[in-house]
Amino acid sequence: MSHESAEHAEHIVSYKTLVSVWAALLVLTVITVAITRAELGALKVWAALAVASVKSALVIAVFMHMKYEARLFRIILLVALVTLAIFIGFTFFDVLYR
Amino acid sequence: MSHEHKDNVGAKLGMWLFLFTELLLFGGLFILYSVYLSRYPHEFTLAGKELNVVFGATNTVVLLTSSLFAAMAVTSIKRGEKKTTLSLLVATLACAATFMVIKYFEWTAKFHHGIYPGSPKLTAGPPGESVFFSLYYITTGLHGIHVLIGGALLAWIGSKVQSGRIHAGDNVTLENGTLYWHLVDLVWIFIFPLYYLIL
Repeated sequence: MSHESAEHAEHIVSYKTLVSVWAALLVLTVITVAITRAELGALKVWAALAVASVKSALVIAVFMHMKYEARLFRIILLVALVTLAIFIGFTFFDVLYR
Repeated sequence: MSHEHKDNVGAKLGMWLFLFTELLLFGGLFILYSVYLSRYPHEFTLAGKELNVVFGATNTVVLLTSSLFAAMAVTSIKRGEKKTTLSLLVATLACAATFMVIKYFEWTAKFHHGIYPGSPKLTAGPPGESVFFSLYYITTGLHGIHVLIGGALLAWIGSKVQSGRIHAGDNVTLENGTLYWHLVDLVWIFIFPLYYLIL
């Protein structure tokens, strides 16, 4: 390919890596269903959210190539997540202590 | 062939900034959900039992698989495998269609049970129940609209791959289209446990 100049080597994620991530996501889905069927009480909410966060991290890092992007991308991702966390935190600070 | 300057990093950065506004949009709906869950835990638990875990789990697998195909499409275009890219995009669209068909059956079953916004059954019931189903329809409805937009976007990108305007040397449009598609998957990763599992 004549177009692939040496400006910057773009990272190509192998099919094998992508399929392994997909398999991991399916396993994590089964785990979420299993832990929420067990009688864990309030703990199951946190367990389900923790598994969902791990799944999101896998999708963002590999499927969305975040792992291979410049640091600036991870910084703005962090800013977005912190903003959301502040929203959630302040909302519950209000709701729980009314 | 002209060598116009393309800023791929800038294009992807712009896409990510847009995705963050989407994150905050759905984040707001999840905050509403958690606030009302803490206010009406009993009603939410009863209403949540009405949702079909099999439909939800099937759609989770369908969307995760569609995300795999979309990510593989990016790998294939960078390797210059045009035919593979097109097949993978068609497979992604097939998953999107499957998702919407399952969603159609799920919503239709709810309507038959008299569960829809403003239905006599919900109006007569406890407020927590109608709040739950309003949030359910708004969140899964907005997500469904994103599935349709993402599908249309990937179909348009597929036509550009077909005509050769997106190729191994210039594929940032495909990358950005798949980023949007993965966002649709990410939102569902949270909708599934929150609405179908934890209650």
